Amino acid sequence: MIAYIADTDATAGSGRAAYTLGPLAAGPTCCEPRPQISVENLTLAYDGRAALKEVSLDIFRGCVTALIGPSGCGKTSFLSSLNRLSDLIPGCEVEGRILFDGQNIHDQLTNVRALRRRVGMIFQRPNPFPLSIRRNLEMPLKEHGVRRRADLDAAVWRSLVDVGLWEEVRDRLDAPALALSGGQQQRLCIARAIALQPDVLLMDEPCSALDPVSSTIVEDLIASLRGSYTIVIATHNLAQARRIANFAGFFWVKDRAGVLIEFDHCQRIFDSPRHELTAAYVGGRSG
Amino acid sequence: MLPTSSLRDALYRFGICIAALLVAAIFFWLLADLARQGVGRLDWTFLTTPPRNAGRDGGLAPILVSTFLIVFVAMSVAAPLGVATAIFLSEFTPAGGRLARWMSLSLDVLAGTPSIVFGLFGGAFFCVFLGLGFSILSGGMTLACMALPILIRTIESGLRSSPIEWRLGAAALDLSRATLLWHVLLPAAAPSLATGLSLGIGRAVAETAALIFTSGYVDRMPSSLFDSGRALSVHIYDLTMNVSGGDANAYSSALVLIAFLIAANSLAFWFSNRIFGRRVARA
Ligand SMILES: Nc1ncnc2c1ncn2[C@@H]1O[C@H](COP(=O)(O)OP(=O)(O)OP(=O)(O)O)[C@@H](O)[C@H]1O
Ligand SMILES: [Mg+2]
Repeated sequence: MIAYIADTDATAGSGRAAYTLGPLAAGPTCCEPRPQISVENLTLAYDGRAALKEVSLDIFRGCVTALIGPSGCGKTSFLSSLNRLSDLIPGCEVEGRILFDGQNIHDQLTNVRALRRRVGMIFQRPNPFPLSIRRNLEMPLKEHGVRRRADLDAAVWRSLVDVGLWEEVRDRLDAPALALSGGQQQRLCIARAIALQPDVLLMDEPCSALDPVSSTIVEDLIASLRGSYTIVIATHNLAQARRIANFAGFFWVKDRAGVLIEFDHCQRIFDSPRHELTAAYVGGRSG
Repeated sequence: MLPTSSLRDALYRFGICIAALLVAAIFFWLLADLARQGVGRLDWTFLTTPPRNAGRDGGLAPILVSTFLIVFVAMSVAAPLGVATAIFLSEFTPAGGRLARWMSLSLDVLAGTPSIVFGLFGGAFFCVFLGLGFSILSGGMTLACMALPILIRTIESGLRSSPIEWRLGAAALDLSRATLLWHVLLPAAAPSLATGLSLGIGRAVAETAALIFTSGYVDRMPSSLFDSGRALSVHIYDLTMNVSGGDANAYSSALVLIAFLIAANSLAFWFSNRIFGRRVARA
């Protein structure tokens, strides 16, 4: 059982297998039709008040899945249940099944730390540690067994280049991360997560604090990660969701609890939604 | 609208300035009075010779050494214990839980306990029960007991005030609890550690009642931690209450005590910054 969420070396990146993309990779059908994460009847409550009700969906390996919906519909809550970060939020209770590579993550045998090592997360609000820029990136790497200075330097450089931050911070790597601007902090957090090379990336509105230029950089980054990473992204930016996502799920608040209204290929959600709430939302007539 | 609100602003500012000035003035008055009466005898010989004639003449050398040793013992016992307890309270007991409530209640009671009670306890426990007698060790450990509640509470609140985002972020990166604590939470709590230490040292250096019963009166130079030693505050107390004609030296000793306090506080800030703060890069 436990072998499914194996204690893999998160940083042994060179051997990462890229999943083959289907012919319509950027469009409606995608990659492997095999769910990496299956969510079944997920209900999530804070202090007994449901924030998400009966959400079921499949997240496909190597695809970008966008979660859209109005503020407060439970996108953040949904993401935090996928790596069981919800365990740490006081008063938060989760019901339902979440299968990660076929294994129930709430199973007693599941190694939560191994799960979190395979699932990286970028938070809605940037949360760099109160350390230098370099140590923000190096501390998790060291914790996960990267010791050689050359490897550390290479990983720091690579991840900063990937998020388009290298030119901005190359000469002040030892400056405090909290002295960076909000957008720079967010990109640092993205760099910190991808430096560990997880299998799955949960991104909670990664671009909301970014200017158009850095937003494009991050968007290109996500596009380049598609195929080798499974990405779930919550976003208010519909145009962006449409550009980068393979699948999209539309959440809505019903009876003060978030529900999944529709889940489908991205193009279907935007061009021919089946539900009128979805049509109104993506058409800019509600939300 | 505009003139009214800026007038009100000005009034507030004025009031706050007055209050601040008042506090500062009281402190400076006290300091000036001490300096006026005490600075006359203050010189190198005063600091380096032993007291003579029950302290009316001579200097402070053995008393300074004893005071330093007592505070040193107190802090080396209190700092690690305090940090460990604070970590236990903030990281391993849920806030608002039963254990946390009981611990914080007892700590608050302890923090408000009169020092004479600690003195009696220290005398009975360290001197008699543990057989340490009147000694610098007994005195130091009694002071550690006294300083611990404040120390624990300040460090604990420093740790608890770290944003939950750091904890969530660390968990999402699969950092161990120890890493999070050592590399993120404790460095960020370094200022409160310094505050706790300097409050603790302040309470320790200023202490008389608790020391009379534990480290004693003897004003000879101590030869080990098991020797009795007279602390500065005990010396001042003795000079003013029991020695006629000792007032002049009492003032000078008080001046030294204040200087000692300021030095100890700076040391506490330097020390906690050195251990933890250096790793933090604050914005
Ligand atoms: N820690 C918490 N404690 C109590 N209630 C919470 C907590 N976090 C979220 N909620 C509630 O759960 C609901 C869903 O919140 P969530 O943050 O998941 O929404 P969201 O879709 O991410 O919104 P946004 O787009 O504004 O980020 C909201 O009604 C919110 O008030
Ligand atoms: Mg959110």
